[in-house]
Amino acid sequence: MTQILFKNIDTKGLTAIDVYEKQGGYQSLKKAFDKKPEEIIEIVKASGLRGRGGAGFPAGLKWSFLAKDVFPRYLACNADESEPGTCKDRELLEKNPHLLIEGIIVTCYACRIETGYIYYRGEFQHASDLMDKAIEEAYARGFLGKNIMGSGLDLDLYTHLGAGAYICGEESALLNSLEGRRGEPRLKPPFPAVEGLYGKPTVINNVETLCVVPWIINEGAEKHAALGTEKSKGTKLVSVSGHVKKPGNYEIVMGTPTSELIFNMAGGIRDDNKLKAFIPGGSSANILPADKVDVPYDYEAIAEAGSMLGSGALIVMDHTVNIVEAALRMSYFYMHESCGKCTPCREGTRWMYQILSDIQGKKGSHKQIEKLEDICDNMSFKCFCALGDAAVAPVASSIMNFRSDYEELIKKVEGDAVTA
Amino acid sequence: MFVFTSEDENKIEKIVKKYPVKRSALLPLLTLVQRREGYISSEAMQAIGEKLDLSPGYVQSVMSFYTMYHTEPTGKYIILFCHNISCQLNGADNLFAYTGKKLGVSGGGTTKDNKFTLHKEECLAACCGAPMMRINDTFYEKLTKEKIDQVLDSLP
Repeated sequence: MTQILFKNIDTKGLTAIDVYEKQGGYQSLKKAFDKKPEEIIEIVKASGLRGRGGAGFPAGLKWSFLAKDVFPRYLACNADESEPGTCKDRELLEKNPHLLIEGIIVTCYACRIETGYIYYRGEFQHASDLMDKAIEEAYARGFLGKNIMGSGLDLDLYTHLGAGAYICGEESALLNSLEGRRGEPRLKPPFPAVEGLYGKPTVINNVETLCVVPWIINEGAEKHAALGTEKSKGTKLVSVSGHVKKPGNYEIVMGTPTSELIFNMAGGIRDDNKLKAFIPGGSSANILPADKVDVPYDYEAIAEAGSMLGSGALIVMDHTVNIVEAALRMSYFYMHESCGKCTPCREGTRWMYQILSDIQGKKGSHKQIEKLEDICDNMSFKCFCALGDAAVAPVASSIMNFRSDYEELIKKVEGDAVTA
Repeated sequence: MFVFTSEDENKIEKIVKKYPVKRSALLPLLTLVQRREGYISSEAMQAIGEKLDLSPGYVQSVMSFYTMYHTEPTGKYIILFCHNISCQLNGADNLFAYTGKKLGVSGGGTTKDNKFTLHKEECLAACCGAPMMRINDTFYEKLTKEKIDQVLDSLP
């Protein structure tokens, strides 16, 4: 199976530039610099590369939206990895920091950017320290700094640490945080490509997206476009966690059946239990029942099955799980992480958590299920950013697909009342 | 009274240079102070504000948004114990309760000897190693009671 990101990931000492170069690292730079920046954007467009952070927006197209002739421009690499269930970027960052640097250099050349920041979530101090060392090595080799390899590109790259806020993974909140503000999202438009960091045109891409770029330059757009399905191209890193025998990050070609990931790559369900449910793309994606497990792992097929590929976090639950309890935990998370800016999200997340607590604590009623559905309706698409919608996903989908788990808990209450 | 050391001053100069706008250095400076002092006092907030031409109120408003900043002294080791979905599915609740009991801070908090501060934490991006905790900068994954004992007992 083709591996783009994990091919050499376990090479000993890969974080050192010598080892990385021996593995073919930094070879895409010369190839890129031989072309015009606009050509690179066309190549990435033709490759079909889509953003790996969650939204799946075509990367080359995003770059082509940069406001014309407005400089300086900035790059902000999103290394905030906070979506529950997701841990693939951390593996790339800790094991292969130079790959990200290489991807960033090519991207900045294509987009005529002279300053880049890698925004890490605050807890990634270790990864950020590793990156600082890698950046220093890249400067010493002339891959960063002035007139890189005679290309005319000047590029400075810095790391920046957040300080604990899920919302800073949302691109406009990330920019606010990078500007030294509260990490609240901005109203869009204007989009970051027009007015982003410090009000200037800004490219924001996820770690995984940028790490694919060198391969596309080396191997060609066609080779990337030949992988995967009609609209989901290339490979995807998937973090498989929960009730599987071998949890881990796996690289698959887009369109591989989800069942292959769970039952083959991740070794199947723990204790050979029965699969009950899975979340394909992190806690912000709808929970799906076991009978959907053959869904091809790509953007379109997962959407058609009623969920989303999101950040590529496959969370697996066996038959011992009470879905209400799982939804309750995820709902606590969104209540905790709502920045409080938009009323539907601030109030809705708290209200949902309270009702779910009641139901889980066997103090619920059928009316409360309807109330939850009503709250979900009133939160969807009514907030500045996607957190409001994300908070709805575990609740609405657990009611839709596992209503009997709710009713079981309520029946107990009503049964108790009758006996009393 | 809070004062920056000369080592701080060198670091601050480098940090501020990274950005075209000074305000961007706010989070890095807060982190710098907290890593040394363990928390950020109101004097430190004021000093940071003065460095970056920001009012103490602004500094506090930004600081309060982020969960990693402490305004009170904490233990020598901060244990962030993940209780989010992947860790929950793998028994994090029991292990958190076990850790709280072991340290004498059920539900979280700082131990009497100020050695440990235990916190329930949201997803820390180590889901494939669930259940997990982070102690200061180090991630500990695939936790069991035995592993928790071993890790906590070995910390000086």
